Amino acid sequence: MLVAQGLTKAFGGPPVVDGVSFTLARGTITGLIGPNGAGKTTLFNLIAASLAPDSGTLTLAGDRIEGLRPDQVFARGLARTFQIPRPFPAMTVLENVMLAPTGQRGERFWTNWLSPGAVAAEERRNRERAMHWLDFVGLSKLAAQPASVLSGGQRKLLELARVLVAEPRLILLDEPGAGVSPPLLEIIMGKIAELNARGITFLIIEHNMDLVMTLCRPVMVLAQGRLLLEGSPEEVKNDPRVVEAYLG
Amino acid sequence: MEILPVLNYLAFFMVFAGIFAVMALGLNLQWGFTGLFNVGVAGFVAVGAYASAILTGPPEPERFGGFGLPILVGWLGAMLLSGVAAFVVAVAALRLREDYLAITTFGIAVVIQLVATNAQGLTGGPFGIQSIPRPFVEALGTGFVWNLAYLGLVALVLGLAWWALERLVASPWGRVLRAIREDELAAASLGKRAAAFRLQSFVIGCMLMGLAGALYAHFVGYIAPEDFLPILTFQIWAMLIVGGSGNNAGAVLGAFLVWAIWSVSGNLIREVLPAAEQARGAALQVVLIGVMIAAILVLRPRGILGERATVSRHAGKD
Repeated sequence: MLVAQGLTKAFGGPPVVDGVSFTLARGTITGLIGPNGAGKTTLFNLIAASLAPDSGTLTLAGDRIEGLRPDQVFARGLARTFQIPRPFPAMTVLENVMLAPTGQRGERFWTNWLSPGAVAAEERRNRERAMHWLDFVGLSKLAAQPASVLSGGQRKLLELARVLVAEPRLILLDEPGAGVSPPLLEIIMGKIAELNARGITFLIIEHNMDLVMTLCRPVMVLAQGRLLLEGSPEEVKNDPRVVEAYLG
Repeated sequence: MEILPVLNYLAFFMVFAGIFAVMALGLNLQWGFTGLFNVGVAGFVAVGAYASAILTGPPEPERFGGFGLPILVGWLGAMLLSGVAAFVVAVAALRLREDYLAITTFGIAVVIQLVATNAQGLTGGPFGIQSIPRPFVEALGTGFVWNLAYLGLVALVLGLAWWALERLVASPWGRVLRAIREDELAAASLGKRAAAFRLQSFVIGCMLMGLAGALYAHFVGYIAPEDFLPILTFQIWAMLIVGGSGNNAGAVLGAFLVWAIWSVSGNLIREVLPAAEQARGAALQVVLIGVMIAAILVLRPRGILGERATVSRHAGKD
């Protein structure tokens, strides 16, 4: 699904991501763990094109994607969520989700003057799809509320619905379990497993070991910008290098 | 007191308020819906006013232009030229963060005003352009009836602008603008090419300002650089803030309200103050508008009519 080769990124100083290479197999849930400052989020930003790598290549389903804009990467089916969720607070929950599908005809301004009927029909379909995914994450009752009323955990669910409506092939989740109550964490884990069973590939940054142990096969460990090892959760847990990386 | 002068003044007042409302609608698209801090309104108004004057005016030996084209062509040309000017500015400046964009657009408006003052062969220099044709003037004369007819034209343009913008902001396109205003990085991560949408919003808004400039030019019949000083930008911003940015009805309401306060206070100053103090008294008008903005920001920070909660026309309906 995704192949990274020698990804490197520095912000003036020593590289934050240093020659990282890996392959995400189609249909897997890969965990990405590592101590704070290891470069996990920077790696995400490189993959999702929020940052351009200094060197290295990224190949998504056979196409090179490094150097593309974030919107181009998203249009190719690679979506990401944020460590701290970023809803559009003044827009309703429903509109947050209806925004996301790519290639909407109504996003070309002149179609709203010239063929409003076609836009309205497209919006009705869009609305149905958005409600479907809001239902899926359990937020459909809040559809008409501004996103600013949502709790932290609900915002994570909204971000998930928002990318799902665009039907991505690969989703990058940045700490889906952080700051989430245990019951909600159960729900989020269930949703990820269900989506994975439907064929969506995941790459997940997570500190919550329950989530990593339950969902992620394989797990990659990043430390000081380098990929330390990759293996099953059990292998990773019992590897002395990982313990050393976390304890410094 | 005779009724006709009062009505005539009222028509005169409404024409100006309507023209300001078109400008405020343009600014509302940029600031209210997209978060673009355009402090160069007067510059784009000037481009439209001069463009239409040059296209439609009678030939003059010392000045470029005077093509004598129909007024409608002048208005379309005003939109086109202010749109082109906005496009050039946007390509250069739109990637700037909002406060830097404000400084840049302010500077560009000052430059446009200076060009108007100095490029005599194009703009007539400090004396500006006289004898800009007024529509229907042969048939209606220049009295009350003509003022009313022009008011009808302005109302028609304002109505069209209103309709076009309401269609836009309550659409998927408008939804993307609001997403960019709220969080550009998140919008980009959801596949929206923010730069392209910002550009479109900026250009469409400036085209409305240019059109409003042309409406002004053909109503007054002459334009000069001093008509396009930064105070004009300040007035339009006051209208948008007072009325409520992010809401087209707010922009129009603010235009009529602020222009009413401006006119009434101007008349009062003329009536009350002795002739020697009038120039200084005029500064009180600016103070009054400033106080009004401050009061609104404290008492009703989102303006008299705030942004509506749901804007997408299709999202709220079952």
